Amino acid sequence: MKQFLSFVKKEFYHIFRDHRTMFILLGMPVVQIIIFGFALTNEVKNSRIAVLDMAKDEASASLINELEASRYFEIEKYLLSYQEVEAEFKTGRIHMAVILPQNFSSDLLHLNTAQVQLIADASDPNMANTLTNYASAIIMDYLERITDGRKLPYTIKTEYRMLYNPQMKGAYNFVPGVMAMVLMLVCTMMTAITIVREKETGTMEVLLVSPVQPLKIVVAKAVPYMLLSMVNIATILLLSVFVLDVPINGSLLLLVLESILFTLTSLAFGLFISSVTNSQQTAMFISLTGMFLPTIMLSGFMFPIENMPGILQYISNVVPAKWYYIIVRSVMIKGTGLATVWKETLILFGMLLFLLFMSIKTFKIRLA
Amino acid sequence: MEREKVITTDRLTKRFGDFTAVDAISFEVEKGEIFGFLGANGAGKTTAIRMLCGLSIPTDGKATVAGFDVYRQTEQIKRSIGYMSQKFSLYEDLTVRENIRFYAGIYGKSNRFIKDKTERLLLQLHLQEEANKLVKSLPLGWKQKLAFSVAIFHEPEIVFLDEPTGGVDPVTRREFWNMIYEAAEAGITIFVTTHYMDEAEYCNRVSIMVDGRIDALDTPRNLKQQFEASTMDEVFLKLARKATRAGE
Amino acid sequence: MRTLLFLLQKEFRQIFRDKAILRIIFAIPMIQLIILPQAADYEMKNIRLSVIDHDRSEYSRKLVQKVTASGYFLLNSYTASYTEAMHEVEEDRADLILEIPARFERTLVRENEAMLYMSINAINGVKANLGGAYLRTIIQDYNQEIRLKWLQQPRFSPETRIEVTPTNWYNPLMHYKNFMVPGILVILVTMVGSFLSSLNIVREKEVGTMEQINVTPIRKHLFILGKLIPFWILGLVVLTTGLIISWALYGITPVGSFFTIYVFAAVYLLALMGLGLIVSTYADSQQQAMLISFFLMMVFVLLSGLYTSIESMPKWAHYITYLNPVAYFIEVIRLVVLKGAGLHEIRQQLLIMLGFAVVLNTWAVLSYQKRS
Repeated sequence: MKQFLSFVKKEFYHIFRDHRTMFILLGMPVVQIIIFGFALTNEVKNSRIAVLDMAKDEASASLINELEASRYFEIEKYLLSYQEVEAEFKTGRIHMAVILPQNFSSDLLHLNTAQVQLIADASDPNMANTLTNYASAIIMDYLERITDGRKLPYTIKTEYRMLYNPQMKGAYNFVPGVMAMVLMLVCTMMTAITIVREKETGTMEVLLVSPVQPLKIVVAKAVPYMLLSMVNIATILLLSVFVLDVPINGSLLLLVLESILFTLTSLAFGLFISSVTNSQQTAMFISLTGMFLPTIMLSGFMFPIENMPGILQYISNVVPAKWYYIIVRSVMIKGTGLATVWKETLILFGMLLFLLFMSIKTFKIRLA
Repeated sequence: MEREKVITTDRLTKRFGDFTAVDAISFEVEKGEIFGFLGANGAGKTTAIRMLCGLSIPTDGKATVAGFDVYRQTEQIKRSIGYMSQKFSLYEDLTVRENIRFYAGIYGKSNRFIKDKTERLLLQLHLQEEANKLVKSLPLGWKQKLAFSVAIFHEPEIVFLDEPTGGVDPVTRREFWNMIYEAAEAGITIFVTTHYMDEAEYCNRVSIMVDGRIDALDTPRNLKQQFEASTMDEVFLKLARKATRAGE
Repeated sequence: MRTLLFLLQKEFRQIFRDKAILRIIFAIPMIQLIILPQAADYEMKNIRLSVIDHDRSEYSRKLVQKVTASGYFLLNSYTASYTEAMHEVEEDRADLILEIPARFERTLVRENEAMLYMSINAINGVKANLGGAYLRTIIQDYNQEIRLKWLQQPRFSPETRIEVTPTNWYNPLMHYKNFMVPGILVILVTMVGSFLSSLNIVREKEVGTMEQINVTPIRKHLFILGKLIPFWILGLVVLTTGLIISWALYGITPVGSFFTIYVFAAVYLLALMGLGLIVSTYADSQQQAMLISFFLMMVFVLLSGLYTSIESMPKWAHYITYLNPVAYFIEVIRLVVLKGAGLHEIRQQLLIMLGFAVVLNTWAVLSYQKRS
């Protein structure tokens, strides 16, 4: 035990002396939380549009005013001709063009029907959809106002509630994802790389001839990263609660325990990678393709899994981060308990055992 | 007969902050000489060599290498020297032939010259079979001999060898020193650091650095007489014991 | 000049001999280009719906039918109570609950107005927004049908209307992939340009060959050029392969010219490799270099507008994107590929990128000299 502790201490020295690495490892979650929490929103606001007002009458002017006044749009340019629309789109300065035909007011007054054309830049389809929806809604509001809100017969009204995240904050979705990502990075990638580095520089052999059991040496290398991950988890949770206002609705203890479980799984994966590779670059390559990309792409936090083709949905089941993400989302945001996440917990546990078994086995083969 | 001086230093000094790594050393090396540059770890040998090779600018003092000034003419110095460091310096993922071609190429040698000399060299080192194998696959002794050959391939005036025989077996070390003698006979000046005192005996002259200063400089025979010692080992121990600076 | 050729020959030999590097250069990008667009699909479909029908009338049945027939929704379950439906959401089996109150049909006919209730799992905001919007559109259509049925009379519009005709340019079929694939292409080129070039130099430091190079008469700028050119070429090769894949797999061909793309990419890679060089001069080990590049890349990619629009970001983040080369390239490649912009339209971005290239490379060369 004492030997083991001295090994752990040595690993700590390695990590703490490298200030740059320390800084990045501890700063990474902070930066991620800030970017995800504040900078990345799918909300659309201040979208630049252009207006081609061929009517230039009272009604068109007040409709344009309505658009301008909303927080969704910012009128970048008033166009003079239809030909200009395309040129504006091509420079990427606008996302939508609103075209009001001649005689807008008089059509509205005398024919009871007027036309508005919305041209959206659908290179980003979701953006185009959203902008069209918002603009239509503003136009309808305007119409309702000028017609004194006369009601239509047989109207079905809808009332809706946004569950868990009424303000539609991106953070609710991202925080659990960031936790998975950071743990994966620190535990899997860093562990794998440090162990492989000792192999590359030859110091591993020196350690292996010491009277300490080989397995203990490897485990000792993993311990500091595990503690570092705990610090990171604490940072993320504190930031999300106090800075992003994302509450922890479920049990904190359960959340922490599940995080430890996931940390161990990631560590086991790092150990496994280190036991099958011999160069740092290969270790990085495997951690990146084997762990990091799947975590971002297939865990469901960036992209909804149910939209993916069947085969990817199938593959996503072997990505540990997917299960951890579901667990954190349930416990932290939905506030449910072990009763709803026992299945996911068991799956993670199974993965942990499998990875440990595999890495011990390959490690032994290497020694033999 | 006065021989040509290829290295001269005059009170050459290098300070890092408060720490004086090299403390006003002055010496001269003659053309074709094998000059042993000894000292315990941390005595300042590597810093001195780095200044002479144009890798590091001195803080004070004067020095010329191959007639060029170490402050202003580092590029010309680099053209006239060869260098082989304690860290293995060939590309492991290139073949023997590719390494030779690369290093000769960056010294601006003509293709004709490279081609002819490569064949001769491979023959001399008995490496014809391995010419197209990756350097990675060679045993350490061969790698070191190859590295030396590459360092003098472009026919420099001086070659700096920084602990060239570390970790090499005695037979190979012997062969290595034979190569050094051959190079010296061909007129290349050898500037070598080593921890093996038997190797020091092979040098024409030896300097011993202690705490950044040169404490002794003479032929091995004279040094032994001066310090009343029977081997260079004893000379070295007597001097090194005075050191106050800790090793690395 | 001849020295440069020797350097290049050496670099290319080393790159082509290293299977791991080759895999990083070619396999990862291709896998990403094949998988990512499939995964990164925000075209909402298969939104899982749980219905609580307290009415069980003809109208409520027709409504549900219409919703499921739309193709956006998958009817997951009929539940008897809200609690039960909530349970479905908690267990992640449903994304959206539609509650039809008792006497929905009667209220609608007699009182001219009836309510429907939706509850949407909003943890993923985009999905919630779009799902809600789709459902409301379907309900409005359904509403219109009912009205037509009850107001049998010849339709003349007594009430004032504004007809909104939306048109979608550049991507009329609204394929999300058309949006994502060019962006992903940029990320791939970025990885090759920055990660690999910095790792390569740090490796020479770690192994010790850098020291050897330093005592040779190679000029610094030649050595740096020798390192840059191979990765510059590799970056363009990756871009080419990527363009071929996007054509073969997704049928995406640039509306604008290839020439414009390559001109911008060439300058972009130059800027990026300057950055890689800077990282390499400051990093002591490969592990450090990896971590630093990784960190920078993460910030750059997240703030690049790849997934979320830059305009929606808060001011401070918006300012950061002015310093983000990745953001410029993503904007430009989308302009060229989807809208057919030419050099004239992207001249501003091109000039800025040239500026980046000059500043970053000057910085790199200066810090490289200081450090060796």
